[in-house]
Amino acid sequence: MKTRKYMDKIFKAGIITFSILTIAPLFIILITLLKWGINALNLDLITKIQRPVGERGGALNSIVGTLIITTIATIIASPISILAGVYVAEFPDKLISKITAVSSRLIAGIPSIVIGIVVYLWCVKPMGGYSALAGSIALAIMMIPNVVTATAESIMMIPKDYREASRSLGANFTRTTLKVIIPFALPGILTGLLSSFSRIAGETAPLLFTSFGNPFLNLNILKPMSALPLLIYNYATSPYREWHQIAWGASLILILIVFLVSIISRLGVKKWKA
Amino acid sequence: MESIILTVENLNVFYGEHQVLFNINLKVHEKKITAIMGPSGCGKSTLLRSINRMHELYKDVKVEGRIYLKSEDIFQMPPEEVRSKIGMVFQRPNPFPHMSIYDNVIAGYILRGIKLKKEERDEIVEKNLKSVGLWEEVKDKLFKKGTFLSGGQQQRLCIARALAMNPDIILLDEPTSSLDPQATAKIEELLVDLKERVTILIVTHNIGQASRISDYVAFLYNGVLVEFGPSTKIFTTPENKVTEEFLSGKFG
Repeated sequence: MKTRKYMDKIFKAGIITFSILTIAPLFIILITLLKWGINALNLDLITKIQRPVGERGGALNSIVGTLIITTIATIIASPISILAGVYVAEFPDKLISKITAVSSRLIAGIPSIVIGIVVYLWCVKPMGGYSALAGSIALAIMMIPNVVTATAESIMMIPKDYREASRSLGANFTRTTLKVIIPFALPGILTGLLSSFSRIAGETAPLLFTSFGNPFLNLNILKPMSALPLLIYNYATSPYREWHQIAWGASLILILIVFLVSIISRLGVKKWKA
Repeated sequence: MESIILTVENLNVFYGEHQVLFNINLKVHEKKITAIMGPSGCGKSTLLRSINRMHELYKDVKVEGRIYLKSEDIFQMPPEEVRSKIGMVFQRPNPFPHMSIYDNVIAGYILRGIKLKKEERDEIVEKNLKSVGLWEEVKDKLFKKGTFLSGGQQQRLCIARALAMNPDIILLDEPTSSLDPQATAKIEELLVDLKERVTILIVTHNIGQASRISDYVAFLYNGVLVEFGPSTKIFTTPENKVTEEFLSGKFG
């Protein structure tokens, strides 16, 4: 009897310990980032572009680049993956639907660097050079699986009552899908979009061979463009203290962008639900 | 002389290999309430769903026979047209949660992409909310979500939504089975008022309800239409022994 009680306590202590262990990395990352990044945060970081060592540059070109590249990736990926998700959810028995579901899961398993190389062959070579657009395409491919799954899952959770109500009013399949099913599944779809946005915002490997990087502020998506992960990668591996500082600051900004997008879209969903 | 608005002829319905309705013949009288009764699983809902072709949303359901709305064969009409002439109210209240009360009433127009002027919209909303006795209760919160209403109010909103399309017939599939007695009484009252405007076909489990509101009763048993006639006759002198046993509560 006593041993059983002890076993119970040990087990409970065990699960508490391990759950704390899983939180720990998050806090360590955040604390480290804040400690090093706060010192690097200054107006130069967000107003100046990259400069040679000693000229006190910033990360403006990379911040703008990240915003442009990820936004275009989201614009490319959203319609494709939402519509594919609708098909997967509405016609689960069809062969193409099954293949879509399986292949989107397979895409999720492809290492990001491989996607980068493939997009290099597909886009960069035929287009004759590195470009932000190629980077967006690579990131869009990475977004697709998550959004397809999120869309399909949230549509499958909608009670059939609403679909029937819409059809019983004389709405056809298309209008029922666009006006009832997708608005209904929107919170779930947005959550999927968001988590994949956060993921791609930090991707470095697919951008190495596609958007490549650019020390100047560039707004033309057909030209090479910098992005925060590229800047962090280049600066953190450089031998200069000053650049290390900027890399820390850029890391903090990257995290802030992800947080901000996440908070704004969550507020949006809340308002929509009310 | 009462006129017949809907005629069901030799209707057989199959779920895959399994036959659920056998050779149903039924005439529905215009602007009357016809109750479809019978024990669970006897095919009441299936019959109702064949009438506005909702069964077509599910594969493996096969329908044979003919159904005429006035003189038109509904299987020759576009399903969207059939459904706008034959509205439906479901077992559980299902106002669209992403729409306001106002938009829920005109949901049929919104969902079918029919453009209306603001005055037309306002008029449809007010008229139909008044028809279901909901106007006074919600006129100050028309632009709030319909899901804030009570179950009974939600169901009346769904009836308003169906009425807004100006249907000839409204099909109700056990509309009060999820409501409390008070809300049920209100809906029953409402249905009796509505028959001036529209023909009502209601599936109900509740013998009391059928006797209170219906003009005609169709009694289904194991997929067969056992008896059909005026309620006064069915409830007092049923011809069939099974009907009598069901109505006296021997099974159900």
